[in-house]
Amino acid sequence: MNKNLYSPLIFEHTHKGRKGYALPDYGKGEICLPPVLLRSNAPELPEVDEPTVVRHYTNSSNNNFGVDTGFYPLGSCTMKYNPKVNEAMVSRSGVANLHPAQPALSVQGALRIYRSLEKYLSEIGGMSEFTLNPFAGAHGEYVGLRVVRAYHISRADEARRKVLVPDSAHGTNPASAAMAGFEIVEVKSRPDGTVDMDDLQSKLDETVAAMMMTNPNTAGMFEYNIPQIAEAVHAVGALMYYDGANLNPMLGIARPGDMGFDVMHINLHKTFSTPHGGGGPGAGPVGVRKGLEEFLPNPRVTEHDDGSLAIEFGEDAFGRVSSWLGNFTVYIKALAYILSLGADGIAKVGPLSTLNANYIMNSLKDLYRLPIPGPCKHEFVFDGLIDKSTGVTTLNIAKALLDYGFHAPTIYFPLLFHESLMIEPTETENIETLDRFIEVMREIANAVVYSPEKVKNAPYTTPISHPDEDEAALNPIVKYEDLHHEAL
Amino acid sequence: MAFHRYLPHTDSDIRAMLDRCGAKDFEDLYSDVTQSLRLKKPYALPNAMSEPELDRFFAGIAAQNREMTCFAGGGFYHHYTPAVIPALLSRSEFYTAYTPYQPEISQGTLQYIFEYQSMMCQLTGMDVSNASMYDGSTATAEAMIMAVNASKRKRRVLISATVAPAVAQVCSTYASSLGITLEVIPEHDGITSKDELEQMLGAGDVAAVIIASPNYFGIVEDYSGYAELCHGHKSLLIMNCHASALGVLRSPGEWGADIACGEAQSLGMPLNYGGPGLGYLCCRKAHMRKLPGRIVGATTDSTGQRSFVLTLQAREQHIRRQKATSNICSNQGIMTLHASIYLSLMGAEGLRKVNEIGYNGAHALAQALIDTGKVRLVNPDKPFLNEFRIETIEPLTSRTVLGALEAKGILGGIALSDNEIIVAVTEMCSPDDIDRYVSIIKGM
Amino acid sequence: MEKIYYLPTHEYVKIDGEFGYVGISEYAAKQLGAVTYVDMPEEGDELTANEEFGAVESRKAASDLYSPVSGEVVEINEELVDNPKLINNNPLEAWIVKVKINDFAEVDNLMDPAAYAEFCEKEH
Repeated sequence: MNKNLYSPLIFEHTHKGRKGYALPDYGKGEICLPPVLLRSNAPELPEVDEPTVVRHYTNSSNNNFGVDTGFYPLGSCTMKYNPKVNEAMVSRSGVANLHPAQPALSVQGALRIYRSLEKYLSEIGGMSEFTLNPFAGAHGEYVGLRVVRAYHISRADEARRKVLVPDSAHGTNPASAAMAGFEIVEVKSRPDGTVDMDDLQSKLDETVAAMMMTNPNTAGMFEYNIPQIAEAVHAVGALMYYDGANLNPMLGIARPGDMGFDVMHINLHKTFSTPHGGGGPGAGPVGVRKGLEEFLPNPRVTEHDDGSLAIEFGEDAFGRVSSWLGNFTVYIKALAYILSLGADGIAKVGPLSTLNANYIMNSLKDLYRLPIPGPCKHEFVFDGLIDKSTGVTTLNIAKALLDYGFHAPTIYFPLLFHESLMIEPTETENIETLDRFIEVMREIANAVVYSPEKVKNAPYTTPISHPDEDEAALNPIVKYEDLHHEAL
Repeated sequence: MAFHRYLPHTDSDIRAMLDRCGAKDFEDLYSDVTQSLRLKKPYALPNAMSEPELDRFFAGIAAQNREMTCFAGGGFYHHYTPAVIPALLSRSEFYTAYTPYQPEISQGTLQYIFEYQSMMCQLTGMDVSNASMYDGSTATAEAMIMAVNASKRKRRVLISATVAPAVAQVCSTYASSLGITLEVIPEHDGITSKDELEQMLGAGDVAAVIIASPNYFGIVEDYSGYAELCHGHKSLLIMNCHASALGVLRSPGEWGADIACGEAQSLGMPLNYGGPGLGYLCCRKAHMRKLPGRIVGATTDSTGQRSFVLTLQAREQHIRRQKATSNICSNQGIMTLHASIYLSLMGAEGLRKVNEIGYNGAHALAQALIDTGKVRLVNPDKPFLNEFRIETIEPLTSRTVLGALEAKGILGGIALSDNEIIVAVTEMCSPDDIDRYVSIIKGM
Repeated sequence: MEKIYYLPTHEYVKIDGEFGYVGISEYAAKQLGAVTYVDMPEEGDELTANEEFGAVESRKAASDLYSPVSGEVVEINEELVDNPKLINNNPLEAWIVKVKINDFAEVDNLMDPAAYAEFCEKEH
């Protein structure tokens, strides 16, 4: 790591008696509760001055790589530029001091944000209505599948306990379906990564509740049989679920609702440019076609005839998945993004993201193995280098990229290939960035030929190199106190 | 000219790139999308707004929001956010990063999560913390699922009637899809009924018991003997606590709980109309391998320097696929940084002082309200920290009381029924605010 | 010489009188990589043939364990608690649980070493 005075853990800056807070003078005096209700010892938290806190975290941020640092071609994650005006609009909308239990009439602005975004997502998704409440993509999948379940129960069709999931699916799909109480049945892919229609047909019957699909799929290929798939799934009375993780290339091209999907989720932190925040907060709104709205989870934002907005609890909702209305500030950012681009700009996002992906793919396919010939959509998968004789793996290539100031692509996913290297450039990268990335990828492929060991030992210039992850899993040290014992 | 400031390609860039792809136009790249599926008309969305127009639009939104002096709690509390926090959170190396899957260039994220885990273990008295959950309700639901999995075969979970209703509803939602029977332990006078808990445990098959401190009514319950009772029936004890209160209240670890969970928004996070907050989930070492979500661990790199990595990933949802035992794949990321900075600035001493201000303010307000003769405490002999439940005396109702306060810019609390309100006090409520609250009620 | 039999999910059972030692095959240990944790049942638990009874974890994967035979767990291999890597060093010695076998007829459904070797060959 960047070795300097401020890089140790914040605990290690503790100096007894220092403080970093300023509180009002009122309300002083001991807490007079029965001793049994009180802590016997104060928690051991850092004791530090404010400048130290600021320097510690500022230095720590220097050991991080974000979209603002450089190109982030992480497949399936849609690491597009996070517009700064989105952040500014959060403070502009005056929600910071709104309590979620305030009367609806005092928060009409906040509810308007919710309602507007919900309407715009419905338009983009080709759905009837959305709930924004789910906190993340996986959470949205769970919600969508519970809607599916509620729908079948409402029709006294409870025997449907199976969800079909392609073997190329994101790991969250089968996981969410299992959490929603379904049995998972995998559908095979053809060599081009699309759904095997014969295998699908053989698994469709009256016990199937839904088919979950990502389109384009995780190999970046459009499921061109989607009308036939939707027809076959609907023919047995099951619903079509759209995992919106790969919605980006479809903007301006086609809407999931028009493809035959009944329920979908959208990752606002992918397609709608809200920051990933090193893991969150995200948002995974769920949309449904007409006839399924009543099953969406509580609480709901509804519009009265006079145009005023209210929060309501519906009786047919399958349940509740959040304390309040979800990660609210994320909606402001997504709304600001949609308004910044407008109808015409949103429609350009898809084609441009696809163009960028195809440009990289066509510039590298002579050196990297392209298992599925293009054109791809917003992302594509290489199966490692064409020349496998050196023993250099996808992991090695990913690490070598770090030395050139690029984030690594997604590696070893999808599971369809042994050496998957999945690249998604997004539409916000200019041609100079793409060309430099292509140049570096070619440089690495060439370096492999004359000095494979050098590539295998990368990275060399990062704050740390080759952390011992086996040791971390074998003897987990998960807090500062544990470090004392291990003297790391 | 490029079409938009986020979309950099000029027409000639596009032409050159299409050529490289062997495509004559965009249509060639989308030949696999059947025409029948295509978007038939432009999106029915507004036209693009420039930044000044956006600013005006959101200012218009703000004008329809009304900030009030906040005496509402119910799991979300209005505490002060030190200015350092938004300044550091806006460092885009932090907030524009993805999940730290490449540890070599993610030490910033990994280090603050490790600090967060360490601090949450201190607050809760537990051995292990994950890298956070979505919110307090989903954290509690995950705690419930984790306990059921740890028990292997038991399918019943008991939840106290004094746990916040939203938390109980979320648990119930998850229970219903997983074949878990969630049963409510009755309360008497705002306190969990220990006798009834004992009977319910006696019926067997209980994986876990969920209780809250402070509870939804603001009462700090005495949970002496609960852990022993649960463990005697081979059940786990899950405690839901809001994080700030753990600076002074007996920790789940000290009560003998096995899993601690709840909402950490009270660590100075803006209300933001309900989100993002921060769910936390901690447990004893014995259950570490069943803890869902991400966990950061310390190790060394090839040169021997301390490094942080995501660890125990074999447990994680996206790896387990259909064998998954949780619904969390990500976490609340940047909010854990918020919590780490807040707790670093406050330290144990600052956290104690924040609680003292809330405690003294709440007790002063409660006494003054009783003295008006217009309302009474629902549980006058029960200890509380910074939140309490009042009952209006006829002819006043929750609606009229809260309405009168709202007219003067005060959010007086959360109505539980026609005549019950829970009221919370934090350092954001000055003595003047408390006086105004009282005089409005007095004047009714 | 001990008799050893395999499941298609790569668990083995080594027969020793009325007992069986259950572990994972060399092939499985190699596929999994460095084992970091073994989730074991408790003594006294009843295992059912072909049903899950635990899991073996490496850094980035978890593999469920299926029992080749039905019976009561009479002993667990405590050494694996502190040193799960023993499974990589010598999987056939690093058994996970010792089971009192209920029904030896179940063993007939398992693969012998030759059949298992052939099975692995195909899977590869």
